[in-house]
Amino acid sequence: MSVNTTRARILRNTGFYIAAFLASVFVATPILFALLGGFKDNQQLRENALGLPDPWHTDHYLDVLANATFWRQLGNSVLIALATTFIVVAAAAAVAYIFARFQFKGREGLFTLFAAGMMFPFAVAVLPLFIILRTFEMLNSPLGVILPQAAFGLPLTIIILRSFFRHIPAEVEEAATIDGAGPWRFFVQILLPMSRPVIATVSVLALVGSWNSYLLPLVVLSKPTWQTLPLGVTQFQGEYSTETAKVLAFVMLAMLPALVFYAFAERHLISGLTSGGTKG
Amino acid sequence: VTPTRDQIRSDAGRAGGGAPPRRGRGRRPGAGTLAAFIAPALILFLLFVLVPVLFAGYTAFFRWNGLGGLPTDFAGLENFRTLVADEVFLGDLGRIGLITVLSIAVQLPMAFGLAMLLHQRFPGRTAFRLLFFVPYILTEAVTAVLFGLIFSPRRGFADAVLAGLGADGRIGWLSDRGIVLFVIFGILTWKFFGFHMILYLAGRQNIPEELYEAARVDGATGRQLFRHITLPLMGPTVRITVFLSVIGTVQLFDLVYVLTKGGPYHASETLAITMYEQGFVRGQIGYASALSIAMFLISLVFALIYQRYVLSRDTQGALTSTDGGRT
Repeated sequence: MSVNTTRARILRNTGFYIAAFLASVFVATPILFALLGGFKDNQQLRENALGLPDPWHTDHYLDVLANATFWRQLGNSVLIALATTFIVVAAAAAVAYIFARFQFKGREGLFTLFAAGMMFPFAVAVLPLFIILRTFEMLNSPLGVILPQAAFGLPLTIIILRSFFRHIPAEVEEAATIDGAGPWRFFVQILLPMSRPVIATVSVLALVGSWNSYLLPLVVLSKPTWQTLPLGVTQFQGEYSTETAKVLAFVMLAMLPALVFYAFAERHLISGLTSGGTKG
Repeated sequence: VTPTRDQIRSDAGRAGGGAPPRRGRGRRPGAGTLAAFIAPALILFLLFVLVPVLFAGYTAFFRWNGLGGLPTDFAGLENFRTLVADEVFLGDLGRIGLITVLSIAVQLPMAFGLAMLLHQRFPGRTAFRLLFFVPYILTEAVTAVLFGLIFSPRRGFADAVLAGLGADGRIGWLSDRGIVLFVIFGILTWKFFGFHMILYLAGRQNIPEELYEAARVDGATGRQLFRHITLPLMGPTVRITVFLSVIGTVQLFDLVYVLTKGGPYHASETLAITMYEQGFVRGQIGYASALSIAMFLISLVFALIYQRYVLSRDTQGALTSTDGGRT
């Protein structure tokens, strides 16, 4: 390799690092502010906003971790996310199986109906949804959040699952039929296990959607019992509006589960989002 | 700005709907089996998606406070007439327009540039890619609380950074009507550029390297490669990210509501916030329904026009190429 190309490469790489470094500062600064701010006291936040904590206070983080409300909201968020995911994936898989592998009158019309659900922004439905949930006496109940979330997750989940199910060879199904498996057994014992990767992808999308959901819990869960973490963070800030460091510790701990989840499910998350965004 | 999972797929899915049944697919299942597999999803969908949306379409024609049975005070088009003269609603449209323009002019190019950068092989690029996507996975409401503290009027972190850079004086980041929307745009960029970057990165990876090799053999310069290969072949991805960005902006709620509640004096209000305030705070259910319908129509009309004139050739190409001649 000649001196010239080596120099060009070093120059090029330096340029890359400068640009990537600037973007990293932009991205990381707010998160570091939360992380470090939680270890400061309010005086340090005022007088030493940019530096490291000195001394490091752990009491804000420990206070949050000892706070029963934080754990209850965390538990509520987890429970609601898991229930939403289970319901939407189960219901969508069943109907996607029918769409993918059976022929009957009205099939395409029915599929179009579900697919058209993609066109309804959630905010459009939230007001009438509130009135309907009030009528069913489902306000302040986790089901009042779980069922609408699952319903709004159906279109995307059905579309993704159907396209995957269609590509499972008919021979597999024929073999199962010859062995005496009916549609139920084929669905539960063969199709679903064969579809594990795509089930993981749609599950991750549903989990993340529920975890981040704010507007629906805001209108449905006015009593504290079932309130979720996003509601908890905004309330905590309202309660302790003068104690910035305490709120930062709460914010950081509320972000932590998503960060850990991202570390483990990064591949499924990215593949789910990009397969949606680029192909269809 | 907010990439809700896209509406495009609905259309792509539909376009692929008529694949010829393969052997074994033409069976007629028993009606009971069919019903059992379809019922859970259908009931859920009717009850919590279709009925509410239709109900919003109905109540938009009434004066109603939401109490006591169905609405009875029929108002015709009154709510919609109020709507088109409502300065807050018209302001919402202007703000959507501004954020859309800024996103396309600043946020998407930044995401594109970083994607091209991270496509190059250099040590550490995976770490950068992982980091840039982090803001996207954080909950909007939680992000909003964090940035509320950063841009706090009580000598917040943003003021301290400015002071550290030698610029004195405090800025009313979230209280100055002239700049609040730009601050929110900055936060939206922070939150969402990583998502668009990931899409661009995936799009770039789908371009076959042989094209570049062939062009290089023919003596093309780096700039020519970018201009004549990268840009045109990234077209479909770019068009989809623009679409997602616009649809997300129309539906923007969580981040802005938690950060400013739309204030000061509506300066950062969005359509969804106006709807929320009218419906849940003031109890004007009829009027809020009209706002919902307006939001729906704006998304729908934009989606239809965009798909008809901008995306149509992409989805055709995409379907035929990824699905081996599906027609």
